[in-house]
Amino acid sequence: MFRFVLQRISLLIPTFIGVSIVAFAFIRLLPGDPILLLAGERGMTAERYAELQQVYGYDRPLLVQYGDYLWGILQGDLGTSIVTKRPVLSEFMTLFPATLELSFCAIVFAAALGIPAGVFAAVKRGSWFDQTIMGTALVGYSMPIFWWGLLLIILFSGILGWTPVSGRISLLYYFPQPTGFMLIDSLLSGQEGAFKSAVSHLILPAIVLGTIPLAVIARQTRSAMLEVLGEDYVRTARAKGLPPLRVVGLHALRNALIPVITVIGLQVGVLLAGAILTETIFSWPGVGKWMVDSVFKRDYPVVQGGLLLIAGLVMVVNLIVDLLYGLINPRIRHN
Amino acid sequence: MPLLHIENLSVSFETASGAFLAVDSVDFDVDAGERLAIVGESGSGKSVAMLAVMGLLPPTATVTADRLEFAGRDLRGLSPRARREVIGGDVAMIFQEPMSSLNPCFTVGFQIKEALAAHTDLDRKGRQERAVELMRQVGIPEPERRLTAFPHQLSGGMSQRVMIAMATACRPKLLIADEPTTALDVTIQAQILDLLVELQKDHDMALILITHDMGVVAETAQRVVVQYAGQQVERQDVFGLFEAPHHPYTAALLDALPDRASGNRLPAISGVVPGQGDRPQGCLFNPRCRFADETCRKVVPPRQPPELGEALCHYPLHREEKAA
Ligand SMILES: Nc1ncnc2c1ncn2[C@@H]1O[C@H](COP(=O)(O)OP(=O)(O)OP(=O)(O)O)[C@@H](O)[C@H]1O
Ligand SMILES: [Mg+2]
Repeated sequence: MFRFVLQRISLLIPTFIGVSIVAFAFIRLLPGDPILLLAGERGMTAERYAELQQVYGYDRPLLVQYGDYLWGILQGDLGTSIVTKRPVLSEFMTLFPATLELSFCAIVFAAALGIPAGVFAAVKRGSWFDQTIMGTALVGYSMPIFWWGLLLIILFSGILGWTPVSGRISLLYYFPQPTGFMLIDSLLSGQEGAFKSAVSHLILPAIVLGTIPLAVIARQTRSAMLEVLGEDYVRTARAKGLPPLRVVGLHALRNALIPVITVIGLQVGVLLAGAILTETIFSWPGVGKWMVDSVFKRDYPVVQGGLLLIAGLVMVVNLIVDLLYGLINPRIRHN
Repeated sequence: MPLLHIENLSVSFETASGAFLAVDSVDFDVDAGERLAIVGESGSGKSVAMLAVMGLLPPTATVTADRLEFAGRDLRGLSPRARREVIGGDVAMIFQEPMSSLNPCFTVGFQIKEALAAHTDLDRKGRQERAVELMRQVGIPEPERRLTAFPHQLSGGMSQRVMIAMATACRPKLLIADEPTTALDVTIQAQILDLLVELQKDHDMALILITHDMGVVAETAQRVVVQYAGQQVERQDVFGLFEAPHHPYTAALLDALPDRASGNRLPAISGVVPGQGDRPQGCLFNPRCRFADETCRKVVPPRQPPELGEALCHYPLHREEKAA
């Protein structure tokens, strides 16, 4: 087991280096100059420009810049934002709980709805229920997030006025945030209506972000269940005279969940990519919106560091999913 | 009153190319404590008939019967809940593939105790004790430790022993064993059969043994039903059957018995069991029958009297001996 983990971690190293190169190159390939953008409308003299270039080290050859950047990473230093002058890592840490909260709620929403939907569709295979669910899943799967988010905002915020349009909580509330998770902090604050406000802010973005994972999970659950329901051990469970709920919900689902959990894990990457759009639509102050803003400001260190952190996160989650896979599948655990 | 009483049971499947009659008006009477064998080649509807009794067929199957009774109760009239009390409690079934019949995600102990929880009022401790007792009964060494094993850690023979322990957990009155040894090594086959007969005798349980091996029939059964293409072509006690088979199909099965001494398998009957598209006219066996004539090819054969093994045949064999 320990060796397995080490092996997996060593496999991550080349991927990580690859990501660092992509992150470094991507932002430099975009037209635009961070120092000119810093200066804004007023512009600056040529001497001042050369001086700033030197301060930030952008006058040196690219290879040297990259080496410098890599050396920093190895020492745990991701650089400093040229816009806010704060360390990239600490900015990330402040904003990340917002993204985590949103992604977590999205995946919980997707799994809580997708797994039962997939199970019912499989049990009632070919029925109108099955066809409706799978048709909807196909639509959900190919839904452009941006368009879908705007549609929900127009309907629920604009026309019905049920939910707020942006942010994590109403401006009426102000309280310390020890955990960074608004749902928890608003409960801890004890302020009346704070939690409700946090939920109402979270609900639309979570649905938007969870839509694609929901469709994927429902389809995967259905196909896994269809396969498992034909297995001999399901017949054995029936032959024991167990109630259908136990046969389907325990004997079949327990086996079907093995591929489903893998798929949920793989959705983390999709989720973080989706978070960038979703956070932008809903002005959700998380790392997704932070990245987009930084790209517009050509904040090189933030884009490089942020991409690297997000990629690292996805890799770690995938590793955890692999380990979890061994845990839920006894056949692997014992080999 | 027989324990299991079935009259005129038919099962047809809806398939893409129309309905397929897998079981064609069969009758069973099994008394308490009796050992009945159902023999026939692959595809003759042995499993399907028994799965119909258990209510384990998929929704594409249509089951009809004049009588389908267990211990005097009509199984069809029961609510699903009442039927589940009979299934797994009073009637249990084990299958051909023991390795895939156990759930890979749960321990052996969990799966045995689950059956106990469903049909007895034993508490947790009682179930554990009974599970250990069952494991010992089916001849599994170190029962406590084996209860915590997962199915993939067991061999085929061990898995089938676990299946037997699970099936007999609630002291069923009838055990249906569907080719319980086909997937196992020859040396293990005999052990499993011995175990089944031993349990059957010790607990005075009825046993229906499905097989296509006449050797297994000779060693275990008291009464035999020979099934061909969904029909019962002969019903006899085991001595009569081996002495004087009345249906040519039975005779052919006996002729195809492997020579146990040399271990050589004699050539099986040529041809295959007719499937959905190729059911012949008249007697279903006529294309493969040595004795078939024009009548056999045109006219559906009558059911002969019990002296002639209730054979479904125009010209039952060994007729003269019976007359004499
Ligand atoms: N779910 C099903 N749908 C359609 N046809 C089926 C189904 N199950 C069984 N059959 C058909 O019914 C016929 C009888 O099958 P059955 O499994 O009862 O044979 P068997 O006598 O048990 O053979 P074996 O010795 O191979 O187990 C076969 O032709 C099979 O193809
Ligand atoms: Mg069979």
